[in-house]
Amino acid sequence: MSPTYRLDSVNRVYGNARSRVHAVADATFDVLDGQRLGIVGESGSGKSTLIRMMAALDRPSSGQLLFRGRDISHLPEKDLGDLRSSVQMVFQDPRSSLNPRMKVGDIITEPLRSPLLRQRADVPTDRTERLREVMDQVGLPFSLRNRYPHEFSGGQRQRIAIARALSPKPDVLIADEPVSALDVSVRAHVLNLLLDLVGEYGLTMLFVSHDLTVVRHVCDSVIVMHRGRIVEHGPIEEVYNDPRDDYTRTLLAAVPKIRV
Amino acid sequence: MSLLSVENLDITFGRRRIPAVRGVSFSLDAGERLGLIGESGSGKSVTALAVMGLLPENAHVSGSVAFKGREVVGASDKVLSDLRGDEMTMVFQEPMTALDPTMTAGRQVAEVVRLHAGADPGAARQRVLDILAEVGLPDPARAADAYPHELSGGQRQRIMMAMALVNRPDLVICDEPTTALDVTVQARVLALLDEELDAAGAACLFISHDLAVVSQVCDQVMVMWRGEIVETGSVAQVLGDPQHGYTRGLVATARLDLARPGSRLPVVEDYWTGGGRP
Repeated sequence: MSPTYRLDSVNRVYGNARSRVHAVADATFDVLDGQRLGIVGESGSGKSTLIRMMAALDRPSSGQLLFRGRDISHLPEKDLGDLRSSVQMVFQDPRSSLNPRMKVGDIITEPLRSPLLRQRADVPTDRTERLREVMDQVGLPFSLRNRYPHEFSGGQRQRIAIARALSPKPDVLIADEPVSALDVSVRAHVLNLLLDLVGEYGLTMLFVSHDLTVVRHVCDSVIVMHRGRIVEHGPIEEVYNDPRDDYTRTLLAAVPKIRV
Repeated sequence: MSLLSVENLDITFGRRRIPAVRGVSFSLDAGERLGLIGESGSGKSVTALAVMGLLPENAHVSGSVAFKGREVVGASDKVLSDLRGDEMTMVFQEPMTALDPTMTAGRQVAEVVRLHAGADPGAARQRVLDILAEVGLPDPARAADAYPHELSGGQRQRIMMAMALVNRPDLVICDEPTTALDVTVQARVLALLDEELDAAGAACLFISHDLAVVSQVCDQVMVMWRGEIVETGSVAQVLGDPQHGYTRGLVATARLDLARPGSRLPVVEDYWTGGGRP
């Protein structure tokens, strides 16, 4: 069986002849079905560009990007139905990723109304029933479905974003810094929820973070990016306990620890 | 006499008098570093703004904030603007919004110098270049002539620190100064803050939701929950052996490194449900 993702020398270059930025350079790796892969790096390391290409929100400048054996790097939008219905994203800041003018019930069921998604046979058709299910799964009372995002706390808004991602029954969840904007106390709740859902539905997860400690908790493997390049890739415990690359070591040493 | 003495501070907002801070009392001695931790909305920043006399018009304040024996609550703008930027200063979380996008970084630092020291422009320029070098900007002249958007997040936060330190204040209030920065940049900025506070002999009120960061900068720490201080003591005491249920929960959720990977993480509610005393 082919891996969920196969990347072969994927590059993304921005800019023009005068100034060029190599946002992602020569990314080569596989993501297997059910894998929980962390992508770690600092601002500007290319991690967001990488996952945007994997979600087909951006296209590689060169290289091959295979999703379930099919090269998606230059597929037109109308042929992306399979990917659009199977891959869902959760973003960092639920304040900006949720439409403030929509009721949360409409936000959560919006993916179900997409014509691309409706091509798939197993997409839930009873939207009210599905809304009840996913709101229950993320721990939000169904009675709140007619409220607007601003009426919720930061942690609850991230639950809404997760519910929206789950509603079309995806196979792959891409989470881009999903807990970075949250308080520590709220972070624990959201991480517990993500782990429960990923375990229960056997989701493949790409988890982007600047925090190796968080990645260690939720992922089984990790990629460390620095200036567009993958500098380290391996099982999380190996990388966390015995980093090979100097930059990974710097990153680990910089994580503040409680000193008492 | 303490450098800063806050007594029975109560702050409410608006006509409905929504309470933000309730009965907060603490004091800070010269050179001392006090951390203030708690989650968003717990009243940390409002407390800091009250100390600086920067609360908005719709805030009702009662109680006392005495800085070097002078009362800040109800003080005139004249008195406050003499203190602010000179004897007490503040570093905000997001330098991109705290800095003026239409002024070069150097001019913004120079403004602080000239407002208080009354130095002539030439002397101010030299003082600016010195402080920019001191906060670790490799090319001070270039940084001084740059606009905020031309600098990186870490560089901008160094400019903020330069503004806060240039007049050798007695008190620096830092409100989540490194939360918007990358971890490696955060580590450098914290080390720098540590050095600079020592060099200036300045006291620091350091606000953060990150217990690890507070433990690296501060000697003493207060925990705030819904506008009240629920626990206070040395960092070792409060973070090592927390007494209040909320603090115990907060410490437990922060110790991600102690949790078995993939296991259910402890949450505050395991320790503290907010009803009654622990």
